[in-house]
Amino acid sequence: MRIPCPFCGSRDSQEFSFLGQAGLKRPDPTAPDAQKQFHDYVHIRDNKAGVTKELWLHANGCRSWIIVERNTLTHEVTGSEFASPMTKEAAQ
Amino acid sequence: MHYSVFSIISQAFKGQKDWKPVWRYPEPKAEYDMLIIGGGGHGLATAYYLAKNHGYTNIAVIEKNYLGSGSVGRNTTIVRSNYQEPGNIPFYEHSLKLWEGLEQDLNYNAMMSQRGVLNLYHSDGQRDDYARRGNAMMMHGVRADLLNREQVREVVPFLDFDNARFPIHGGLMQWRGGTARHDAVAWGFARGADSRGVDILQNTEAKQIRVENGKVVGVETSRGFIKAKKVGIVAAGNTTRIAETAGLRLPIESYVLQAFVSEAIKPLIPCVVTFGAGHFYISQSDKGGLVFGASLDYYTSYAARGNLPGVEDTIEEAMAIMPSISRVKLLRHWGGIMDMSMDGSPIIDKTGIDGLYIDCGWCYGGFKATPASGYCMAHLMATDESHPVATALKLNRFETGHVIDEAGTGAQPNLH
Repeated sequence: MRIPCPFCGSRDSQEFSFLGQAGLKRPDPTAPDAQKQFHDYVHIRDNKAGVTKELWLHANGCRSWIIVERNTLTHEVTGSEFASPMTKEAAQ
Repeated sequence: MHYSVFSIISQAFKGQKDWKPVWRYPEPKAEYDMLIIGGGGHGLATAYYLAKNHGYTNIAVIEKNYLGSGSVGRNTTIVRSNYQEPGNIPFYEHSLKLWEGLEQDLNYNAMMSQRGVLNLYHSDGQRDDYARRGNAMMMHGVRADLLNREQVREVVPFLDFDNARFPIHGGLMQWRGGTARHDAVAWGFARGADSRGVDILQNTEAKQIRVENGKVVGVETSRGFIKAKKVGIVAAGNTTRIAETAGLRLPIESYVLQAFVSEAIKPLIPCVVTFGAGHFYISQSDKGGLVFGASLDYYTSYAARGNLPGVEDTIEEAMAIMPSISRVKLLRHWGGIMDMSMDGSPIIDKTGIDGLYIDCGWCYGGFKATPASGYCMAHLMATDESHPVATALKLNRFETGHVIDEAGTGAQPNLH
């Protein structure tokens, strides 16, 4: 499996480490149902069969966090972008 | 047909012509008392124990592929109960006790072989850790033997004891652990369930669990709607996909785990050996092939096939303890989908939807749990209460903080 790093280009997946589902938002700890929200944030995952967006760290490369679009049924990687807009700006 | 030495001898004289198929291929009925989604080891065991222990016979198992096509036929066949956490030990020990009487109970040869499971340790600190695990086991009445280097050498003299990075200092042995023939376990439970009247519906895919007013009413399948009073999800790696049709969101991620078999060689490895400095486990099948595996491929997957970095990692670990097998040829390798839970321990519980039960989160320890998983799931579905050895395996333990994290790695499923 190869992953297109937005900074380094196409690299072997072994250079990256996998964290999991992208787009999880840390809940507001002062919300009335904060406990339930934090439970979901820490433990509940979509675990989609199909195209997913997930966080990978280019650990043995540019060390950027990136969001990779990948199909969990086929392992096909269809795109990637910097996870942080600041990284994206800095890379340009 | 009851299997015995007499049936084998009499068939020999009849040219083996009177053997009968051991399960039927029934048409689905319109309605069942209970429906089990998933015809793997755990699903078939659930159906078997529902029929045997609780007297339910108007039940069916639906399987989207052929019987035992999933993880029950894809694992490395290891059976053991050397766990550490209080929520896990009684459950896995119950399972090992069921394994010990399983073949007589099923009247089916599952080739259960209690050849021992040896976990190697490679440092003084790890020895202390394994001693603690052995003590935890013994506090629950499960025997464990802490072997020193020379005692390990007597059992497995061919290991690389003086490896520069990972010298072998000793090991924790559970002599009652071992291996079983994985397919035969699925077939034995299927035969036992079928002979008690359970319908096993192969090539019948569950499409949608139908819930009305907070109560389950049946399952939409590829062969039409089947009504059921109670439904059990026992779908291993595909748990999330079927549970989400009932609106459930679970603390599960699916990953691929690879397993390997080498060409057959003469008897070499007398027990199951695991590598303590990484994650690698190996045994030798009765046919002579070396059966082994290592960690997950570290990304979520439903593909049931792995990638080459996983292969390389496994082979490297094999070489770290057993360089003597470096010229043995790999015969085949394959992948299976693991339902990795957030704490690395399983879930057997109600779901909050009336009549819907779930048995999942087996990570890569599902095979050894097969009998107890079925036993406890059947108990739960029949009585609406958790079996005494499975009371810790709750779905809401992530909310209440009662997680059972053997590896101590936190809510990161690919690290368990």
